[in-house]
Amino acid sequence: MSVKVLTANRLADGEVVWLGANGEWLEHIDGALIARHAEAVNALEEAGKSAIKSNLVIDVNVIDVEERGTDLFPVRLRERIRQLGPTIRLDLGKQAEKSKAA
Amino acid sequence: MYRYDEFDHAFVSARVEQFKDQVERRLAGELTEEQFRPLRLMNGVYLQLHAYMLRVAVPYGTLSSRQMHKLAHIARRYDRGYGHFTTRQNIQYNWPALKDIPAVLDELASVEMHALQTSGNCIRNVTADHFAGAAADEVGDPRPYAEILRQWSSMHPEFSYLPRKFKIAVTGADRDRAAIQVHDIGLHLKKNESGELGFGVYVGGGQGRTPMVAKKVRDFLPVEDLLTYTTAIVRVYNLNGRRDNKYKARIKILVHETGTEEITRQIETEWQAIKETDLKLPQQDVDAIDAYFAPPNLVQRPEGWSELAAARKADPAFSAWVDQNVTPHKNPDYGVVTISLKPIGGIPGDATDAQMDLVADIAEKFSYDEIRVSHEQNLVLPHVAIADLRIVYDLLLTDGLATANAGLITDIISCPGLDYCALATARSIPVAQRISERFGNPERQADIGELKLKISGCINACGHHHVGHIGILGVEKKGEELYQISLGGSGDEICTIGDITGRGFSSEEIVDAIETIVDRYLEIRTDKEETFLATYRRVGAAPFKDALYSEVANAA
Repeated sequence: MSVKVLTANRLADGEVVWLGANGEWLEHIDGALIARHAEAVNALEEAGKSAIKSNLVIDVNVIDVEERGTDLFPVRLRERIRQLGPTIRLDLGKQAEKSKAA
Repeated sequence: MYRYDEFDHAFVSARVEQFKDQVERRLAGELTEEQFRPLRLMNGVYLQLHAYMLRVAVPYGTLSSRQMHKLAHIARRYDRGYGHFTTRQNIQYNWPALKDIPAVLDELASVEMHALQTSGNCIRNVTADHFAGAAADEVGDPRPYAEILRQWSSMHPEFSYLPRKFKIAVTGADRDRAAIQVHDIGLHLKKNESGELGFGVYVGGGQGRTPMVAKKVRDFLPVEDLLTYTTAIVRVYNLNGRRDNKYKARIKILVHETGTEEITRQIETEWQAIKETDLKLPQQDVDAIDAYFAPPNLVQRPEGWSELAAARKADPAFSAWVDQNVTPHKNPDYGVVTISLKPIGGIPGDATDAQMDLVADIAEKFSYDEIRVSHEQNLVLPHVAIADLRIVYDLLLTDGLATANAGLITDIISCPGLDYCALATARSIPVAQRISERFGNPERQADIGELKLKISGCINACGHHHVGHIGILGVEKKGEELYQISLGGSGDEICTIGDITGRGFSSEEIVDAIETIVDRYLEIRTDKEETFLATYRRVGAAPFKDALYSEVANAA
């Protein structure tokens, strides 16, 4: 089933981020705050508006994700590419950082 | 090359300082994104999927070695070690941090470059034939006129908020290498019967969601009237272009809706009113700009031809590269070298910092310090002695820059697509890579001959798919990437918009579909001399559609 998370780009460097359950903007989707019903989605949207006002992030959007086991899997290809990096340069973007850490 | 005068230096430095202040205020929260967005766009700063993107103007595609070294340095220091050369003869950096961009602009200003007017509803970077000043078939160098247009249009108070963006291209030969008929204004530099220089003027071309071939509004415009006439065109557009609908706001729609005859009448009326004003170009001003573009004093190197013959005999790969990537220069001792940024299976238009440095070094030693960026996403060394071709080739070979495919099926134009671009609806680069691999065999692509394949990842058509001999448009349908094929487009002097073949193909199917089209062409061409485009123009779409769709039907 598809649920929702809030994503954006960080103002200072454009880094892709997701709103975490702890209220922080996270560099990886793991730990993103998940909205499972309409009220929670509204809360995400409100959080997005206030994040824009606080000038931490830009281009804030609520996106659909699927829960696959413990992983969050964005439904749209666009969001999967944002989550990982360019599909044609696996040495760039978050996919590269993850593989370096591994 | 053009050199900044005091005014240019002061103007660009002032803009860097202004933007530095704007970025600081944005980071401090004094400007909202809504306030800041138009300001950053005016300085070439976009937000893409993974990060900001900085688009740097390369005026009329001309660079010196020093400038190319600087582009390499920026890639290394502020980005991820590479840049992407675009169909607008610009370079884009995909990963700069906003906080670093003022420093990048400072670096650019130090080599007389900037990112101004690479976005926004203004007159964009003026593009030109990438063989300008070198090609054997050239009537006149288009760059002095592109430079005059650049100076006139930079921060033009009347034309900074047009209904939509506005692109001007200039070509200096009858063979149109600048795709002028798919620009808002296309200028064809030519001579009249008395031998005077002037322009054929085309208006209202463009690609995007409503592709149109420009209409010729004037067969011969004297050089002195360049700015008065251009002003008249842009003024008519500025007054009457649609501001109510972004998708109908380009001048092509105005020309289409008004009709060529009526729009020409309006332009002429406006022109008569301003024809004799101070925008009329005095010959001495033209000469002053012209002097910056004086051809280099080429040393006679007649020994090259015999050396070349021997070198070709000794190395078929070198010989193939000369055949494909070296074109005739005005001076018979020289050639124009296309450096392919399309290695087989590579990313079209991308160059690493090391490759940029290498090209800059080669240009300094072997091309009179000149480099060009082509709208086909390649680089060009405009003045290489035939006698130096072998050494230039060997140097290019050291870093994967000697692919012998200029103008062939693997010389693919591709926009960044969904791998980077916030507007894209499908990926284009991986499709380009797979097609390149499928046709990468040198003998096979040489047999296919000239075939311009162009891919866009959305309807905005940055990948020029409408004028590809084979065009591919990627869209999103029901959450999947789907690729639509068009055939018979051409961006040269006989400009045509390609015809869509029919239903689109999935990512898995698209490369096979292209191969089906190419195989059908090989079957039905009259002989090897008949190019894909000539064959298409002779037989039309039917044989290709039959091959594409009956085969799919058979397979199903």
